[in-house]
Amino acid sequence: MAEFWFTYAWPTIWIVIKILFIVVPLLIAVAYLTYAERKVIGFMQLRMGPNVVGPFGLLQPFADGLKLMAKEAIIPTGSNRVVFLLAPMITFVLALVGWAVIPVADGWVLSNINVGILYLFAISSLGVYGIIMAGWASNSKYPFLGALRSAAQMISYEISIGFVIVTVLLAVGSLNLSDIVLAQQKIWFFIPLFPMFVIFFISGLAETNRAPFDLPEAEAELVSGYNVEYSAMAFALFFLGEYANMILISAMTVILFLGGWLAPFDIAPFTWVPGVIWFALKVSFVLFVFLWVRATLPRYRYDQLMRLGWKVFLPFSLLWVVVTAGAIVAFDWFPK
Amino acid sequence: MDQLLLEYLPILIFLGLAIGLSAVMIGASFVVGPNRPDVEKNSPYECGFEPFDDARMKFDVRFYLVAILFIIFDLEVAFLFPWAITLGDIGVFGFWSMVVFLAILTVGFVYEWRKGALEWE
Repeated sequence: MAEFWFTYAWPTIWIVIKILFIVVPLLIAVAYLTYAERKVIGFMQLRMGPNVVGPFGLLQPFADGLKLMAKEAIIPTGSNRVVFLLAPMITFVLALVGWAVIPVADGWVLSNINVGILYLFAISSLGVYGIIMAGWASNSKYPFLGALRSAAQMISYEISIGFVIVTVLLAVGSLNLSDIVLAQQKIWFFIPLFPMFVIFFISGLAETNRAPFDLPEAEAELVSGYNVEYSAMAFALFFLGEYANMILISAMTVILFLGGWLAPFDIAPFTWVPGVIWFALKVSFVLFVFLWVRATLPRYRYDQLMRLGWKVFLPFSLLWVVVTAGAIVAFDWFPK
Repeated sequence: MDQLLLEYLPILIFLGLAIGLSAVMIGASFVVGPNRPDVEKNSPYECGFEPFDDARMKFDVRFYLVAILFIIFDLEVAFLFPWAITLGDIGVFGFWSMVVFLAILTVGFVYEWRKGALEWE
């Protein structure tokens, strides 16, 4: 009995506790990201944003959640019921499990697998299934068109994300996310790989269907794209999944280019701050830029979007992979 | 058990927990929320009009074309991953081999660009 307890039961419980320490802060972060979005955009447009529920409107996300909980879950008559309910679950589950490999501080990672970046790439590629299943299963015109657009957009920008990741790997020589962060101790990668940093950030906007690439849910023409027919918690799962994906992409940006949990300067007052704080601050900064972009830029047209993805980012990032590899080979800058 | 596989156990447990959580949330809205179906409410949304035909209609072939191109380039990225990791071992020869491979792919890319496969008007 004791042996069973120490070899199987206790490690499993420990893993579950660690998972809760990821999921609970993540869901709170998602709730406050929706609040921050409304507040930041409100201030940028000289409005107050939510300020009624609780002090400074801080309880607004919970009020929204409770309201969604109390609404009727509608399944349209023409829909495929199973796929219809499966789609938001897939979106939400994928947005959560990506966090299993994210190192938030030195050694603070649930599963330090040696192919971490490939795992993240795979999880973010699977995200398109939730959306296309939602659009198909709804059997309604707006969701169908929104899902088609969204799928084409996500796969187009995934290629440039892939090339950007390859460039970072050339400079690191490992697929492990902790190794990628530790390789940036001398210099954060956004300085030597600046063009790729810009491409990654913009592709991240397109990958998460954020403004100015929010065509899949363009409210003026598609009313809100693939989730038109959803209500109650099924809609809430899409919403949570989308915002959790935003935080995941920001975390990827921080790990690949902004030095992960490392302090900006390796001297005394900066190194006293724990790594997890630096990580959270950097992720918050990237998320703020996401919101800033939404408040500033008008929406792209679909042909412009595809042109940018296929005719600008793809050739440029492919060229930059060759240039980076060439520089590494020519000057013997191989990672140790 | 194999140490390498053991590293993936937390991911499996995480996956199970996430599926459970999302199922509970969907289930809860059927239990907690009201349920008063009627024909108008359950019909597909079409800005107030009666839906007049099935939504699963023909769509533009360009979406299909984009998907095919995606497969080609995504495979290419998949080839680049191991190459990028081992560049230190394969050195100059490995570098030029990949340049030749990418050059052949670029020829295909230029062809489809000239053919207008990337145009959306």
